[in-house]
Amino acid sequence: MNLKIFARGAVMTCLLLLAPLAARAVQPDEIMPDPRLETRARALSAQLRCMVCQNESIDESHADLARDLRVLVRERLQAGDSDDQIRTFLVRRYGDFILLKPPFKLETWLLWGAPFLILLTGGCIILVARRRQMSLLSANNLSEAEHAKLEAMLGEDEP
Amino acid sequence: MIVETGHYALVLALALALVNSVVPVWGSVARDQRLMAVAPPVALIGFGLVAYAYFALTMAHVVSDFSLVNVVENSHSAKPLIYKITGVWGNHEGSMLLWVLVLSLFAAAVALFSRSMPEDMRANVLAVQSWIAAAFILFILLTSNPFARLAGAPVEGNDLNPLLQDPGLAIHPPLLYLGYVGLSITYSFAAAALISGRIDAVFARFVRPWTLIAWISLTLGIAMGSYWAYYTLGWGGFWFWDPVENASLMPWLAATALLHCTAVMEKREALKIWTIFLAILAFSLSLVGTFLVRSGVLTSVHAFASDPTRGVFILLILVIFIGGSFALFALRAGGLQQGGLFAPVSREGAIVLNNLLLTTCCATVFTGTLYPLALEAVTGEKISVGPPFFNLTFVPLFIPLFILMPFGQLLPWKRGDLAGVAQRLAVAFGAGLVFMAVLAAWRGGPAVSVILSGVAVYVILGSFVDLVRRLFGGGVSADMVSQRARGLPRHAFGTAFAHAGLGITLLGLAATGWGAEKITALKPGEAVEIGPYELTFESVVPRNGPNYSELAGRTVIRSKGAVVTTIDPATRFYPTRRMNRSEAGIATLGLGQVYMSIADVAANGAVNARIFWKPLVALIWIGALIMAFGGCLSLSDLSFRIGIARRARKAQAPRPQPAE
Repeated sequence: MNLKIFARGAVMTCLLLLAPLAARAVQPDEIMPDPRLETRARALSAQLRCMVCQNESIDESHADLARDLRVLVRERLQAGDSDDQIRTFLVRRYGDFILLKPPFKLETWLLWGAPFLILLTGGCIILVARRRQMSLLSANNLSEAEHAKLEAMLGEDEP
Repeated sequence: MIVETGHYALVLALALALVNSVVPVWGSVARDQRLMAVAPPVALIGFGLVAYAYFALTMAHVVSDFSLVNVVENSHSAKPLIYKITGVWGNHEGSMLLWVLVLSLFAAAVALFSRSMPEDMRANVLAVQSWIAAAFILFILLTSNPFARLAGAPVEGNDLNPLLQDPGLAIHPPLLYLGYVGLSITYSFAAAALISGRIDAVFARFVRPWTLIAWISLTLGIAMGSYWAYYTLGWGGFWFWDPVENASLMPWLAATALLHCTAVMEKREALKIWTIFLAILAFSLSLVGTFLVRSGVLTSVHAFASDPTRGVFILLILVIFIGGSFALFALRAGGLQQGGLFAPVSREGAIVLNNLLLTTCCATVFTGTLYPLALEAVTGEKISVGPPFFNLTFVPLFIPLFILMPFGQLLPWKRGDLAGVAQRLAVAFGAGLVFMAVLAAWRGGPAVSVILSGVAVYVILGSFVDLVRRLFGGGVSADMVSQRARGLPRHAFGTAFAHAGLGITLLGLAATGWGAEKITALKPGEAVEIGPYELTFESVVPRNGPNYSELAGRTVIRSKGAVVTTIDPATRFYPTRRMNRSEAGIATLGLGQVYMSIADVAANGAVNARIFWKPLVALIWIGALIMAFGGCLSLSDLSFRIGIARRARKAQAPRPQPAE
């Protein structure tokens, strides 16, 4: 696959065709005078999705909508809102779709739980397979001495 | 005319693929040598035909034959020649043709280089490969024909997407395809083994070099793609957890697991079921990637539903090949004899753990990529799964892998001594800790970066502990060392380099935490400090390229007052598509980079600039190159051993057990 080339290319084509001289990601005139607030704004923006882009945060997107949202986030920060308040406000307006980090809830527990479930299942499969192999081995009813002999023979092809 | 012959060659290739889909399998079932012998020459001719079809399409692009839809939509007479050639795979139809070209290239390679392989095995492998080829050639001919003509040819074409007019694009897709499609060979081997029911060390020995080739190409392809994104997209990022990127990461993870697994199977005849499973999985993920990228399902579920022809066709291919192979797997896996016993603490044990973690990583990426699509299809609810999710799940899964890597190299087969290995790794581990402490005290910075840097140092040093012990153990003379070096199998060096390469990439990733970024408006003559450097923006220079015009912002980089170098970040305008593209100005200084992109050039010559200092960033890609180098070292060793196997067979002598 020409991978991200096509997806990104296609999205960008659309965006740039719509607005041939579109705005770019965070611009100097957006930056807040208070560096602490600006740092928070950047961190927040990196977690918010540009709704018209493909998997881009508003922090890195060139789209006009992303710029509007960046400005909005900064206005709320200036007004003294907490990060959570801003996120809640945006989710109420745009839905969970705007959060790049999906919230943990009924519809997403399988998503968040997947890594643990898979790790656990895989681990169990390995343990069960191992136990079965061991029981097969003991079914051969080798004595201790025979085991030792076998080990020694198996060890022989070792360098 | 050449276009029609190309089209015809592709149809002929389909016919040959169909022949090769049936005759060799029949031969292997009926034990008819003549029928099995059909497979190699037909595979070679098939490759020739597809290569001709590809050549015909390339010619149409090179001479700007605007009677072809494909050329009109993706080319322009003023486009530089190199992009006329690379533009062939810069679009859906052409890239699918490249896909099939690589597929038949691998079939031809098997036909040529695997003479020593048992005849029925080769016949079945080539047959399975032909099934895949037939399906995809049919896909091209029915839904994505690059040879479609226009009734009235326009005078000029629409040009190629400017983002794709870049040297990076010239290398990235073919490499990635070699990887993606190279995994088709391991798939074909697995399917052939399941059909014949013979799954043993011979299978592992033959499948290993092909897995390595695919893995090396994937590694390079992904690294190249990430560097391309880094310097083309203009905001300094190199990995976005984009679904399309994930589509290439998943096969890489599966191929990495498979690579380790085949080693166990070849040496110890253990983990057969796992090896077959991973071989099928790796290519299945390549197919899933193809489906994700090619069907348009990523843009939106609705876009897919509104023009489903291509998507449904690939989905059908997907279901048949993945479903069919796993059904066969389920049927046969139960009857497999598990050989090679091993204690939990042993190299086999370490590789089992490696496989468990890598597959979980892979499954996590898979879930994260497809969950939003599935949820939207089922409930209609839209959610986003972005970088924060992957950083929170993928990274914790990968850290244990880094810790485990040097252990796996040092543990002996069958049964190992954990305490002894830990003792040998103490130096590497200690060095990692010291590095961490020094960094924390001297540099500070984010805790994650400090910790990951320490881990990286441990991995890099730990990768070479085994080699150092085997070369210099017991304090010997230089002569002895070089003699020992010649005696060591090359794959021992390969493993060390590949592991160290991953550590080096990790160090580059960790160092991003110490980067600096400035977003500012710059007037001509204005200076700005970034990291250890001072940048002076001099002026905007208008320039003209073959099919674009650009405004380049000449900027001088100084270190303590002395001029180091100059960069020309530019913003380009491509008139045909009325598109802008930024061309970042990058200066590699040591292992770090100063990165600058500009936009919005005002009438008085002022620009909006985005400037980064990225320390050690080059290590990210250098690490990938070293990984690939390690892979090549191992590959040179493996192919040599295949040669040995052939000679040994001729001498009617049993091949000696490969010494570890």
